[in-house]
Parts: sequence; structure tokens; C-alpha cells
Amino acid sequence: MDSYDIPESTSSRLKDHFIGATPLQKRLESVRKLTSFVPPSPQRKIPQCSQLQEDVDPQKVAFLLHKQWTLYSLTPLYKFSYTNLREYSKFLSAFIVAEKQKGLAVEVGEDLNIKVIFSTLLGMKGTQRDPDAFLVQILSKSHLPSENREGKVLWTGWFCCIFGDNLLETVSEDFTCLPLFLANGAETNTALIGTWFQKTFDCHFSPLAINAFNLSWMAAMWTACRMDHYVATTEFLWSVPCGPQSLDIAYAIHSEDAKALWDSVHKAPGEVTQEEVDLFMDCLCSHFHRHFKIHLSATRLVRVSTSVASAHTNGKIKVSLNKSS
Amino acid sequence: MSVLRPQDQLPGLNAATILLVGKEDALLQQLADSMLKEDCASSLKVHLAHSLPLPSDVNRPRIDLIVFVINLHSKYSLQNVEESLRHVDTTFFLGKVGFLVTGAGRDSHCSVHRNTVLKLARAYRSPLLFCDLEVEGFRVSMAQRLVRMLQVCAGHVPGVSALSLLSLLRSSESPCLEDL
Repeated sequence: MDSYDIPESTSSRLKDHFIGATPLQKRLESVRKLTSFVPPSPQRKIPQCSQLQEDVDPQKVAFLLHKQWTLYSLTPLYKFSYTNLREYSKFLSAFIVAEKQKGLAVEVGEDLNIKVIFSTLLGMKGTQRDPDAFLVQILSKSHLPSENREGKVLWTGWFCCIFGDNLLETVSEDFTCLPLFLANGAETNTALIGTWFQKTFDCHFSPLAINAFNLSWMAAMWTACRMDHYVATTEFLWSVPCGPQSLDIAYAIHSEDAKALWDSVHKAPGEVTQEEVDLFMDCLCSHFHRHFKIHLSATRLVRVSTSVASAHTNGKIKVSLNKSS
Repeated sequence: MSVLRPQDQLPGLNAATILLVGKEDALLQQLADSMLKEDCASSLKVHLAHSLPLPSDVNRPRIDLIVFVINLHSKYSLQNVEESLRHVDTTFFLGKVGFLVTGAGRDSHCSVHRNTVLKLARAYRSPLLFCDLEVEGFRVSMAQRLVRMLQVCAGHVPGVSALSLLSLLRSSESPCLEDL
């Protein structure tokens, strides 16, 4: 989630030294760069604009919106090929049907005539180096020929890699690195798909938790988006760790006010620094403290919801609005 | 006295005092207990404080080592430590101050990034120790480490001073980070 501005001179010097390095050496060097690097400037910067705006077809990615996605982190896929997507569709369909008939995932009245479709998602990447994202959908095949042949979408999942430069350096050619997996649909289907992928490509899924630090960055960056009209209030949910039950504090502010606060804090366009994010969150917390005498900084931020998107610490996100600008 | 100075008082005979500063009451208490259980030739005293400045009306022995405890799960503990650092005299930072960071094990609960405390420790030229104080095994070994550091800072280890220990701890970092 976080990336650093690695100064060009250091990285190129290290790269020259490692032209003939084995993958293991490359991996060790990359890990050392990540752990020992402290940026020379006081702030960490993350570029605000992304390259994917050019290639994305708005119609194709419209399905991403208004759905709650559960995030998983995925290890690189071994011997995955974009040319074999049709075979994967067939194998996965057969696997799912076989598993469901085994009685492992039984639902009353379920239609076992399902179809799995693999397709590539063009443009869902950060840089040109990132591997293409692909989409897996489980559709129910309809019996009646008069109905739409496509059927209802039961489950959707997609794999992508956005700005994965650090990871791509260490991965050898047989592996496809798509570390982010998003799933929408029944949990049983997610588990089935996960099992198939783990068996076929020797990878491992783990649920991706978003910590409070990253949630505050998301809040700041989503508030920074310029919107024509705001449809929802900006909401934060804090969890107070106190026994025996935990308390939740919900803090809602008008999105225009949040944007005004962000504009007063933000300096250089196109760049978001750690200091600005901290200042934004500190302003909200000190405002709350002035009224309620509660230090929100001693609690844990668990949910952030803005007009653009919302995210929960347990790894569930929802993108609400397609920003046209 | 609003600013802590290392040489304000005369040292007690065979006494070594450590001051733990932090908002995490339970963790500090447990760490103090672990430290006091350690076998040590000097007579140890552990003082706990939420923040500095310390109340001036209390009669306390000379403080040999200050350890600021930061919990990565709470930005409040970091802000508290940053506030308290202003009440420490600069001569304390010649080896008699350390930062102890807890909570790095559970990344999903972290509100503060590791780099923030790294930069803080580098700015104050003081050693940074990571330990999950909630886990007993780690806490016990960290207590042992702190007791050894305290003995050095109190001058009870012949041939090693707080400043030489500080330079020993710092030389293990990679050289390119020193020009911060």
C-alpha cells in the first residue's frame, strides 16, 4: 500500500551492481532496500495521479462500482498464462460443479448449471510493467432459450497488480504477480475459487486487513477528490478498546467541510505528503476533543466512508462513484 | 524543575534508576515487574510516568536512563512522547535515552508507521528498540536488555560508559542513513 520515492541514483547504482544477480539476490536486495530506506526529505510522497485513466473503458469497469469487495492478498501465480483463459474457465466450471455435487456447499434450490468466465481487464494497472488484471465471473446458465443467454452473475472476482514495481523486481519469469484479489459474492464461492487457484497455480490467499494508518491515507486522498456534488457525508468509525465490550465512535462530517479542511492543509498539487495526512486527521481529532474531551488518537480507526469510496479495516471496500474528471 | 537533567543530583550508592515514560499503564507496569525480577548486582529502581514534566515536589533519586515507550497502535502515545521529549535536557541524549516501540507485531492495528518512530529516534540520536510488550517471552528478554543498559548508564559496568554504548549501538546501522 505504501510506496517510497526511491532516489534514482541509489536505485540505478544498485541495479548496475545486480545485472547478473540471481532471483534470490534480487529478492534480498529488494527487501533490504525496503527495510533500510529512510527518505531524505521529511515527508513521504505518493503521486496522486495514476496512469490507468487513459486505458480504462468506463463501461467495462462499471461493474466495479457500488459493490462491496472483500480484499485478499495473493502470492504470485505459477505458470499462469493469459492465453489459456478458456481452458481455465472450463476447468474451474468442472471443479465447482464437482465440489457442489459432493455436498460440500449445499444450498436448497441452487442451480447447478453454472458457467465460469475468465476475461482480461485492460487498463486496470498502475504502470505499463504491471501484469494485466483479469476477471473471473460465475454465471448461472439459464434453462430457457428465450431468456438472455448470459444468465445472472452469481459471483465476481478480479485479480490485479497496481504499481507493483517493488514486487515485480523479485519475481522470476514463471510467476505472474497479481497480489490483490477482490471478491464479491457468496463466501462459499470465494472459498471454492480460492481452493482451485491454490491447487492449480500454487499460490496462497490471505485476507488483507487495512490498518488505521492506511485508512487515514485513504480518507485524505478520497477527500481530496474534486466532486461536482456530494451524495454522502464523510464518516469515520473509531473503535475504543475498552473491556469488556468495545465502544464504537461514529464521526460524520459534511463532505464539503472535509474538502475545505483538506484544501487548507494541502499544498503541492499532484502530491500528498505524510504531514498533510497527519494534519488533516489531527484537525478532525482535535475538533472532536474540544467538544467531547475524548482523544480519538488513542482509539483505532476502523472504517472510513467518503463520497468516493469506503473502506473497513477487515478488508471490505466499496467504490461508490465514478469520477469523471 | 521542569527539565530533567542527568547531573542534577548525586548518584546513590550502587543504585540505578530507570524512568519509563508512556501512556500504556498496564504494559509499563508489566515491564517494570519483569525488570525488577532480574538478577542484578545494583539495586534497581523503576519509575513510571505518563508524561513529562515530572512533578517537582517529589523527592526522587537521580535518573540514569529514560525509556520512552511508544505504542504503534495509538497515535496518542506518540504525541505524548513527542511532547515529553521537550522536557528533557540535551545532555541526556548522550546515551541515557532510549525509545521502546511496542505493537509492531499486529500490523492490522497500527496507526503509526514504523518509519515515523525510526525518524524520531534518528532525530534524537538515540537507540530504538522494538518489542511486543504484550508477549511475555519478548518482554522478559527486553527487560534483561534494559537492565544491562541501565547498569551501563549508571556507571556500574567498568570500562563502558553510556556514550560508548551508544556509539556501539549506532555503528550497526548502515552508513548511508547517518547523513540524516
